[in-house]
Amino acid sequence: MFRDKDRFLNILLISPSILAILIFVYAFIGWSVRVSLSKWKGLTADYTWNGIKNYLDLFADPRFHVDIRNTLIFTGVFVFGSILLGFTLAVMLDQGLKGEGFFRSLFLFPMAISYIVTGVVWRWLMNPAAGSRTSGLNLLFTNMGLDSLVNKWHTTPTWGIAAIALAAIWQMSGYTMALYLAGLRAIPEDLKEAARIDGASEVQIYRHIMLPLLSPVTLSALIILGHMSLKVFDLIVAVAGKQLPLDVPAIYMWQITFDGLFYGRGAAVGILLLISIAVLIIPYIRYTLKTEAEQ
Amino acid sequence: MKKNLLALLSILMIASFAIVACGGAATEAPAMTEAPAATEAPAATEAPAAADKVEVFSWWTGGGEAAGLAAMQTVFSAAYPNIEFINAAVAGGAGTNARAVLATRLQAGDPPDSWQGHAGQELIGTYVAGGQIEPLNDLYAAEGWLDVMPKTLIPLISNDGNIYSVPVNIHRANVLWYNPSVLSANGVEVPTTMDEWFAAMDTLKAAGVQPLALGEQWTKMHLMETVLLGTLGADAYNGLWDGTTDWASPEVKAALDNYAKVLTYANSDSSSLSWQDAAQLVINGDAAFNVMGDWAEGYFRELGKTPKTDYGWAPTPGSSGVFQFLSDSFVLAVGAPHPDGAMAWLKIAGSKEGQEAFNPVKGSICARTDCDKSLFGEYLQSAMDDWSSNVVVGSLTHGVVANDSWKTEIDTALGLFIADGNVDGFQAALVAACASSGPCK
Repeated sequence: MFRDKDRFLNILLISPSILAILIFVYAFIGWSVRVSLSKWKGLTADYTWNGIKNYLDLFADPRFHVDIRNTLIFTGVFVFGSILLGFTLAVMLDQGLKGEGFFRSLFLFPMAISYIVTGVVWRWLMNPAAGSRTSGLNLLFTNMGLDSLVNKWHTTPTWGIAAIALAAIWQMSGYTMALYLAGLRAIPEDLKEAARIDGASEVQIYRHIMLPLLSPVTLSALIILGHMSLKVFDLIVAVAGKQLPLDVPAIYMWQITFDGLFYGRGAAVGILLLISIAVLIIPYIRYTLKTEAEQ
Repeated sequence: MKKNLLALLSILMIASFAIVACGGAATEAPAMTEAPAATEAPAATEAPAAADKVEVFSWWTGGGEAAGLAAMQTVFSAAYPNIEFINAAVAGGAGTNARAVLATRLQAGDPPDSWQGHAGQELIGTYVAGGQIEPLNDLYAAEGWLDVMPKTLIPLISNDGNIYSVPVNIHRANVLWYNPSVLSANGVEVPTTMDEWFAAMDTLKAAGVQPLALGEQWTKMHLMETVLLGTLGADAYNGLWDGTTDWASPEVKAALDNYAKVLTYANSDSSSLSWQDAAQLVINGDAAFNVMGDWAEGYFRELGKTPKTDYGWAPTPGSSGVFQFLSDSFVLAVGAPHPDGAMAWLKIAGSKEGQEAFNPVKGSICARTDCDKSLFGEYLQSAMDDWSSNVVVGSLTHGVVANDSWKTEIDTALGLFIADGNVDGFQAALVAACASSGPCK
């Protein structure tokens, strides 16, 4: 009797947010799907049925191919770089060095900055100008005699997007470090001691004990960084504006919809983005819910 | 422990809803108190006062544009003291934000009386297609504007014989800016044809001077439209946009080849430069030429530079006698809430007084050809001479000749071309773009 009342109250309390999510998330997803299957082009809504033509057009669109290539390169460099750097920083901080708190905040700070600010700063740092106008990192490299490191950054053909990923790594590796640090701290000291008594070297301890125990952290990091990189938009716009060599689906969606008024095609890009992120997120959520239920 | 956490969370949530609710109440409260006052006040003074308003929507919120609008508003208030001028300007993103707000208001059936838009197909393709703006032929006839605006301008801002907007200012797109001392130091004359331009840039390149300064992608489209104009000539260039010039023709191929060649003279870091950065290279003597609209002149003046000594100008090669224009203009909304106020505003926007108030401040020239030249600087005076005597054609990048969808498709094709350098593929993509969003069938 009491439990039923409790339950009723619980549902009552969360119903406003459930309602809001139903309307503002799921209803709008449904509406976007409908728009993506329409011929809507121009300011006035046009829901004429168009089947999956918008999607087929996208897959045949050379610009969308550039987008997919850029997204893959960006995701690869960004996720791998952030995890590698984050893990290294976490291991170093975990050695119990002096001033750990200071370094921890130092590495976490970039995360407090918005992507727009990061983008503007890195736009200066990665200035590709040559000759007397050389500036930013290129100037630093030249002055240090490291001429081989001077490069065209984000204006490099094909791989330019990887330079943007560098800025994103700078921003997010501190966060990845925090994830790993929490994971490292959660590993009981006895396990390491037992391994040491058995004669394992430090490298072996990390390889065979720490890393396997950290795999849930790695998975979380992969998911969080992965879905961020699929949605990346503001960082690229801040560094390079709307330019095709650095195009990604989110920028394409924005430009084709609001500059070009191709609402149908824009909605199709949005739905494809949603699907690609869902493919990444949903198994993770199921896994988390399952492990929580088991606990 | 877990229960406590849940309780805490629910309290937080309730608190946040309460805050949201309070926020709503807080914004409503003043409206509640103000509303009766607002409706009472005009009713008390004069009965038909509800019509004596005009809401003008623009993205002129800063710099010379906002100052120009304020100057024009002063002229308006002097001429129509009984009409309240409501400045509904929306800031941000060179109009991107404003256009999004406008689209929302139009879809909700709540249009402003008059709004700003680039004259030509950007307006026509969007708002005429949507049945949202009224033709203004009667106004043009009544005010005699057809006699004071260039004959070749009118077809570019019309659709099926109807004129849809009142141009307030004129900018020129086909301007070649150069550094006079860099040219004279290398014995180079100002080029008037494409071939002369290539020869000049070869000389400069051989002397170790950066021949051409170029910026990010939209400035490349701007350069492309001037090369198309310079190679094809005014008639064939106009034909590209009304379907009479075939995009697949060898002439267009030649123009695109020229464009590809021009790009080889540009700085390698172009995609990281804004238009200001690129223009500044010319001023600083780091590059010889730059193609940019004449708002660059306003920038040069801001930098404290002197015309003719620090910078020179000429029509882009191959386009002398042709004025490639772009313009900010105002429209009349279908179902405008205050049609009388809107007509009064449009009359001022097209009047000599209104344009003479706006343009010297904004750094552009009048759409009318009868403005007082003494109000303008040296460059603008020369532009006014050309405006009244030249053949007028429209700009692609700035919304005159192609609707937004077409322009976006051309922009995509251009971006792919810059990446792969394949002229034939570029031309094929342009042909396809004209068929899908332009007049080509």
